[in-house]
Amino acid sequence: MSTTSSQGGNRPLSPFMIGPYYRPQLTSMLSITHRGTGVFLCAGALLMVWGCVALAAGADQFAAFSACMGSTLGTLAVIGFVYSLWFHFFNGLRHLAWDVGRGLELSSAYTSGYVTLILALLCGSATLWLFYLRS
Amino acid sequence: MSLQTPIARARGLGSAKSGSEHWIVQRITAVLLLPLTLWFIYFACMLVGADYAAIRAAVGQPWNAALLATFLIIVLYHAQLGLQVVIEDYLHVRWLEITALVAVKFIAFFGSVVVLLALARVALGA
Repeated sequence: MSTTSSQGGNRPLSPFMIGPYYRPQLTSMLSITHRGTGVFLCAGALLMVWGCVALAAGADQFAAFSACMGSTLGTLAVIGFVYSLWFHFFNGLRHLAWDVGRGLELSSAYTSGYVTLILALLCGSATLWLFYLRS
Repeated sequence: MSLQTPIARARGLGSAKSGSEHWIVQRITAVLLLPLTLWFIYFACMLVGADYAAIRAAVGQPWNAALLATFLIIVLYHAQLGLQVVIEDYLHVRWLEITALVAVKFIAFFGSVVVLLALARVALGA
């Protein structure tokens, strides 16, 4: 890690909360999970771009895309994308509420955190169940 | 002696580099993505397990093609804004940081062009 001298000494740079300096807690874990799921979903977005191209290119190209998504690794990725998308959706709502000044008390932040986790698990599982019923 | 005012010299040199536009656009795209994401999940659920012709026909419907293109383009824009902050936070080697930023922005832009052209082709039946 590098610091510029103008910042003065060895002040920690982000991610300073990882490591021995900060005890893991629900709020900080959900915060980093929001980032993690966001970065992971970027891969999903690129896969959707590929899906659009494959759809336009023809049946053979689309079969290759479908085969990739239906493989073991592809299935695991889709499960990850579904839960990540629902988590990012609900936790994003939580952030938007904070942005307008709602739910900032510590107890509210914890309650909304648990609600986010439960809703993400429920909606993710329901989505995958629909996928499973239809495939 | 400089003819610049102190504020002109300071501008753009602070930790923020620019104003609050990035933050605001990230929130606007987030709000737009709330309904679009729900539609996308519904649409995806309807298409799982369908064959190529059925998926092509469904995506080619005018409203579906427009919604899917809008969703994916706003997703790529929102993703690019988010990745920018992640890169700025964690990549502390300046040339790596700038290279990654340019790469991310280019990929998001290119992805948008690709999505538009591909879905136009599907929707217009070329």
